[in-house]
Amino acid sequence: MATKHSRSAARLMMAPAVILLLGWMLVPLTMTLYFSFKRYLPMRGGDQGWVGFENYVRFVTSTAFWPSVQATLIIVGSVLVITVAFGVLLALLLDQPMWGQGIVRILVIAPFFVMPTVSALVWKNMFMDPVNGLFAHLWKFFGAAPIEWLSQASLTSIVIIVSWQWLPFATLILLTAIQSLDSEQLEAAEMDGAPPLSRFGFIILPHLARAITIVVLIQTIFLLAIFAEIFVTTQGSFGTRTLTYLIYQRVLESQNVGLGSAGGIYAVILANIVAIFLMRIVGKNLDA
Amino acid sequence: MGQITLEKVTKSFGEVEVIPPLDLTIEDGEFTVFVGPSGCGKSTLLRLIAGLEDITSGTIRIDGADATNIPPAKRGLAMVFQSYALYPHMSVRKNIAFPMRMAGIDKAEQDRRIEQAAAALNLTDYLDRRPGQLSGGQRQRVAIGRAIVREPSAFLFDEPLSNLDAALRVGMRLEISELHKRLATTMIYVTHDQVEAMTMADKIVVLRAGNIEQVGSPLDLYHAPQNIFVAGFIGSPKMNLIEGAEAKKHNAHTIGIRPEHIDVTEGSGTWTGTVGVAEHLGSDTFFHIHQTGLAESLTVRAPGEVNLRHGDTIHLTPREDQIHRFNAEGLRIP
Repeated sequence: MATKHSRSAARLMMAPAVILLLGWMLVPLTMTLYFSFKRYLPMRGGDQGWVGFENYVRFVTSTAFWPSVQATLIIVGSVLVITVAFGVLLALLLDQPMWGQGIVRILVIAPFFVMPTVSALVWKNMFMDPVNGLFAHLWKFFGAAPIEWLSQASLTSIVIIVSWQWLPFATLILLTAIQSLDSEQLEAAEMDGAPPLSRFGFIILPHLARAITIVVLIQTIFLLAIFAEIFVTTQGSFGTRTLTYLIYQRVLESQNVGLGSAGGIYAVILANIVAIFLMRIVGKNLDA
Repeated sequence: MGQITLEKVTKSFGEVEVIPPLDLTIEDGEFTVFVGPSGCGKSTLLRLIAGLEDITSGTIRIDGADATNIPPAKRGLAMVFQSYALYPHMSVRKNIAFPMRMAGIDKAEQDRRIEQAAAALNLTDYLDRRPGQLSGGQRQRVAIGRAIVREPSAFLFDEPLSNLDAALRVGMRLEISELHKRLATTMIYVTHDQVEAMTMADKIVVLRAGNIEQVGSPLDLYHAPQNIFVAGFIGSPKMNLIEGAEAKKHNAHTIGIRPEHIDVTEGSGTWTGTVGVAEHLGSDTFFHIHQTGLAESLTVRAPGEVNLRHGDTIHLTPREDQIHRFNAEGLRIP
């Protein structure tokens, strides 16, 4: 009943949630903007007044800036490719009728329930440790010299850890999408003479387009902000300093709130650029 | 060519036997309808012929050649599904072209066949639309178009009209019948609607629980049903079945008489009853009659308008030569 009365009642009842969410977003954003124009060094004299765009200039001209943008994009891009590709494969496998399907599905989803800090520590100490890690033992078993994962292949290691965490999410969304595919379409394609690979390419993959879009969009938002995995493994060294991590270092390690806040605003801008690009490329899948 | 022969074909899902051993021959160019109540195995039978399900035992021959283990695409059959199964992300043109693309037919020939099919099915203006933008009837025609361009040896239809509204269904029924006359290709058509079966078929196969109850032309089935099931299933409204003393008079366990073979007679008649519901259609009047002492309710068709209402007494006279007699096993007594 969309009467005038019910509409205004609806607005009134939605107001608390809208105001809360708006405040949740606006207060930190405004504070970041506020600090980004100040020289603010908590341990070295505190608030030292307005400095205009100095923080912005210093953040971009620092030698750490562009490598950090590059590291961020490499990590986000690689994790997206890996999770979507393996997510589709796993979803196809899990869609097949098999014994113990329920348990297998829960096991596949399990990594998503492990906290990022914990999973990164587990990977670091149990798998990637060059002396006692499982990978080291595997390499030694075949007579090869163990790789020092976190220093020699630092970015790869981070990508592996983060992919492991996000693969369940992609698989789950893609699996539900595959299950919603009308089996008559596949049968029709089979009658029409399409071999399995063509059925995948012409029927299943287009059907998954929308789900893949959702996976890419949601994961990008979260992957731009990964922190714990880097904090507990490499501490930002060996080329794994992402933009998020650089901001953290500026604020907490160099105790420069103003500079860090300027970096935060850059991160917001970067996230928006990436979001616009993604919307352009894949957003059309969300229409219709 | 498109002669299909089933020899001792069976199908079991686990322990459950859905199709007991079954023999059937469908002649080239014939319009065959599988009809039966839901769950009778008619769709399963069609899927066995299509190759979408493996048969448990027996042989399927297409034009005399053993096709039992040939994959569905190689059997030369085209299928139209109940849900149409169009590819939603492809335009109508691409949908129709899909089987030809898979078969590697060259582009010019593809276009020629698409134009031809689109013209025949009134789809020319819709070729660049997506299936989602079409009405139910148009989608149905696209699905038929996709089947036609393959130039199959037989068409398989799986309840293709059940998702359409009543008026459209009558129209599409005619279109499919005309298509069959024009192409003269074998068609196998599955339906639970006996009106579709009667109006379209050259040959009707009545199925119950996977068993063939009777095979014959629509009028064979109408005039000489082999058992009570076929008698009750074919014909609308249903045949009246009467047991007991009245049947004994005719030396039968059960007698059947169609509503159109009972005359309403003034003053007196063989049977007497009370009118329950009278359905006035203008061209005909259907009476549901109670308290005849014969069966719980009798249905009678009177041509034209008959001025009898609820609660009136009615006199009926069956046409003796149109009475079907059945024995205790439900089989026809000739």
